[in-house]
Amino acid sequence: MKALLHKIRSQFAGIPLLSWLLGALVAVVIEYLVGDTLALMLGLAGIPAIFGLSTMLAKPLLIPSTMLYVLLIYLLPAYVVGRMTRPLAESLLPKLPPWLSLLIHLLLLYAALHLWSNLDDYRLLVVKFICIAIILTTSLNLVNGYMGEFSCAHGGFMAVGAYVSSILTVWWFVYDDVFGPPVLPPVLGPFMFPLVLIIGGLASALAALLVAIPSFRTRGDYLGVITLAFTFIVKSLFENLEVVGGPRGFMNQPKWAGLPWTFAWMLACLFVIYNYVNFTLGKGTCAVRDDETAAEVMTVNTRRIKVVAFLTSAFWAGIAGGLFAHIMGYINPGTFGVIKSVESLAMLYLGGLSSITGSIFGAVLYQLLSEVLRPLGMVKWIIIPLLLLGVMLFRPRGLIGFREISFEFLRPKKEGKEVEYAPASD
Amino acid sequence: MDLSTFFQHFINALQWGSFYALIALGYSMVYGVLMLFNFAHGDIFMAGAYIGFFISLGLVGLSTSGLLALPNWLIFILTLVLAMIGTACLGMIVERVAYRPLRDAPRASAAITGLMIGILMETSNLMVLGASRRNFPTLIEKTVYNIGGVSFTNTKIMIVILAVLIMLGLHLFVHRTKLGMAMRAMCYDYFVVPLMGVPTNFIASFTFATGSALAAVAGILFCIAYPVLEPYMGALVGWKAFVAAILGGRGSIPGAVLGGFLLGFIEIFVAAIFPSTLRDLIAYSITLLILTFKPHGFFGEPYSAQLGISARR
Repeated sequence: MKALLHKIRSQFAGIPLLSWLLGALVAVVIEYLVGDTLALMLGLAGIPAIFGLSTMLAKPLLIPSTMLYVLLIYLLPAYVVGRMTRPLAESLLPKLPPWLSLLIHLLLLYAALHLWSNLDDYRLLVVKFICIAIILTTSLNLVNGYMGEFSCAHGGFMAVGAYVSSILTVWWFVYDDVFGPPVLPPVLGPFMFPLVLIIGGLASALAALLVAIPSFRTRGDYLGVITLAFTFIVKSLFENLEVVGGPRGFMNQPKWAGLPWTFAWMLACLFVIYNYVNFTLGKGTCAVRDDETAAEVMTVNTRRIKVVAFLTSAFWAGIAGGLFAHIMGYINPGTFGVIKSVESLAMLYLGGLSSITGSIFGAVLYQLLSEVLRPLGMVKWIIIPLLLLGVMLFRPRGLIGFREISFEFLRPKKEGKEVEYAPASD
Repeated sequence: MDLSTFFQHFINALQWGSFYALIALGYSMVYGVLMLFNFAHGDIFMAGAYIGFFISLGLVGLSTSGLLALPNWLIFILTLVLAMIGTACLGMIVERVAYRPLRDAPRASAAITGLMIGILMETSNLMVLGASRRNFPTLIEKTVYNIGGVSFTNTKIMIVILAVLIMLGLHLFVHRTKLGMAMRAMCYDYFVVPLMGVPTNFIASFTFATGSALAAVAGILFCIAYPVLEPYMGALVGWKAFVAAILGGRGSIPGAVLGGFLLGFIEIFVAAIFPSTLRDLIAYSITLLILTFKPHGFFGEPYSAQLGISARR
């Protein structure tokens, strides 16, 4: 039995990520070509949306055919192509400079995702929501993880970004009952969209001053309540603004946030936050978390650190809000209440604090779970809390808390030389 | 605003303040002993209301069927006591499941488990009992008094008096009994207290039980004033009471009472003067301002004074 397990494991081990991505791309192309036919042959209603997981939950009778579909379309081609391209990847990777290697990985990932989500509108929506969740979780990690505060304001920041960018797009580019005819030619719209998003993010960062300034004198639970009050204030403010529809919500946003934009913004967010936490500012932020007085003594400007961290975090939450508004084409204040903040917190703590890979993992896992469990209806809200409870009880620091999954394999290995032993940073 | 309207709002504010204060006490007591907030407390309040609802329904059914003729006031007292016991047990279970295993974990993890227990309770309630609202049986006939243009009901007066009595009792309990002393000691120094022979686990359990019993009282009193039960009633009131507990200063019992009444007064008078849709906006803005200028609430100690926190992190 053990030998068998070892044999199975050795079959998969050693395949580099590049080959897996190539395999995934080939699998998706195969699904593109024969997915419909195979699904029909297997008696499925259509191609299974998210690896057939929700189909299996909704209709247990279809489990065998769904599993067969997943095996034939995804697993088998990915494995075969992965094995076949392994020598190629192994000979190619050490010769590439790291940035090129990263670029190739990302391009392959995007290509696979794009083709995969192109097949089904629901998939597209799920992928976009995952991107937004990653932005939210990573930016929240900056404040809750690296700075060690307990912020519940992400719902509020997201609301500010969403409303400001929606108002701008509707005012400038769309004919609206309240805002009148478009001010700028609508053709310009998609090109101006990043600018609009950035303005939304900046507005959200400005609003974050309300939270950042009290943080000079207090922290922990008191700051938690300040952020909570902020979320309530923002929600209530938009409920009372009749211009943007009040509690009924605000619509007519053009749906410009396609997958390329959302994915690009997610990458930008990851890039910024990764560099933030790994260089001077991030070190200062961690110092403030571990001991504020000591950090102050060691010439860390704690006020500047706090303001910059809160503003950066809020900026990205605002971008996430703007993207969300332009995916849905409709927002209402209820979407961004405490529930949104709690959801972001759940994703963050599921993945783990002070870890970017942890945030990504938590966001993807949580979003996939909440989509997969959708057919169960109410039971979903039993399973997800129980799951989080279990994670917290058995891994109180989250699944990947306070460490990173290493991406060393992206770097070229020196020939004939063993990789130096590096202790895992904890 | 003339004087009679002022007093009218004053009485309403006292009533809401007592709800908030009773719930905020639960938050503060748990914080005082374990240095973490029980985020499931709002839903324990909801559970207390539901437990009280079923007990009173059963007792009313018993007395109408003639098996056991009970007067209404006796039913009310029995409901109160039984619901307090039931909710206290629930609180102890929550502590056992979600807080005790995490005593040495990062504090935020315990916050997440609390939030998740809250969602779990809301959902299971929704699944078992359905989304329909339920009406709390009328246990106390409302009579309206009118003095000088100010009208108030006997239930309002009773709610305020009962709440104040319970708060006084709690104050006496915490300051005059051995158990209360142990609770205060745990708040003071978490490390030395077990060395002095204080059973910390028992005290933690007991604190959760007391806080939950207070939430049950708040739930039943709430249902007497507003006899409609729904699964999400705990979420909103719970968050507000949490804000009240922090306003008063975390871990402080007089602070929780003050914060509760303050929040009640702010909400009622804002709604009286401005359009009522602005209630949350202005009430929370005032909260934010207070916390900006008084960063540790009214009775809270600044962080540096609490050595226990940095040692336990």
